[in-house]
Amino acid sequence: MTNIHLHRDNEASKIGMWLFIFTELLLFGGLFIVYSVYRYLNPEAFHLAAEELDRNIGLINTIILLVSSTTIAMSVSAIQMGKILHSKILVSITILLAAVFMVNKYFEWGAKIEHQLYPGSQYLMELSQGEILFFGLYFAMTGLHALHIIVGMILMLVVLARINNGKLNAGNHVLVENSGLYWHLVDIIWIFLFPLFYLIT
Amino acid sequence: MSNEVKHIIPYGTYLLILAILIVLTLLSVAITSIELREYTILGALAFAAIKTFLVLYIFMHLKYEQPMYRRMAFFVIILVFVVLAITFIDYIYR
Repeated sequence: MTNIHLHRDNEASKIGMWLFIFTELLLFGGLFIVYSVYRYLNPEAFHLAAEELDRNIGLINTIILLVSSTTIAMSVSAIQMGKILHSKILVSITILLAAVFMVNKYFEWGAKIEHQLYPGSQYLMELSQGEILFFGLYFAMTGLHALHIIVGMILMLVVLARINNGKLNAGNHVLVENSGLYWHLVDIIWIFLFPLFYLIT
Repeated sequence: MSNEVKHIIPYGTYLLILAILIVLTLLSVAITSIELREYTILGALAFAAIKTFLVLYIFMHLKYEQPMYRRMAFFVIILVFVVLAITFIDYIYR
């Protein structure tokens, strides 16, 4: 079955998603460069500020995203094999894991805000320049990452709905692959966020 | 363009890679307990790089795609490093 009869080009879809992923790599890459420079200029302040972060939550969130990456990857194989029930279960697990990640993030940020550690707070503004920069970067980068998690969750809900109504199946599954690619990108970003914010104490 | 899937990765492969990724994560945490000071972060980043490579190659299928995809991904990563290097050349010599 070729695409002559379909208004769909799987290869082009995939290339499109990869190009988007490259723009995202440049976006977060740029932010990592900002982090690198400010860290280079304020090494002790960064070490000190990083003590405030809870490494255990960071580790749990890292493992959550790694598992979720596995389940979305497996769901792609599942739908390629025509295993519709497997693919639905695996996509659902991925979405649930993403939700747990967001709940953890809520508690983490909540704790910071409760301790007056948020961009623009009176308390933060009176700390050293390096500490102010660290927390600015922390909220900006994990916040932007969290936005990407939300977008990913919405995308996967759409995928789940379409597997459910048959629009996505063994013969037409490029959206599942592409949502998987997007989710792996979100995972990769966190793979770098974790050591740079949580492991520099 | 053909609709056939050339290579379906079995569940087991993904689970094996997950196990490796978790081990590497735990190792990157463990390495911070060794007193290497400035080089500790390089160790943690090295683990992050290996993990990223595994996610790119297996989870994101780069190993099984046409070379074009690997070359493009490689180019973008190199680009980020080049911009990083140029930025630091500026700061180091201020």
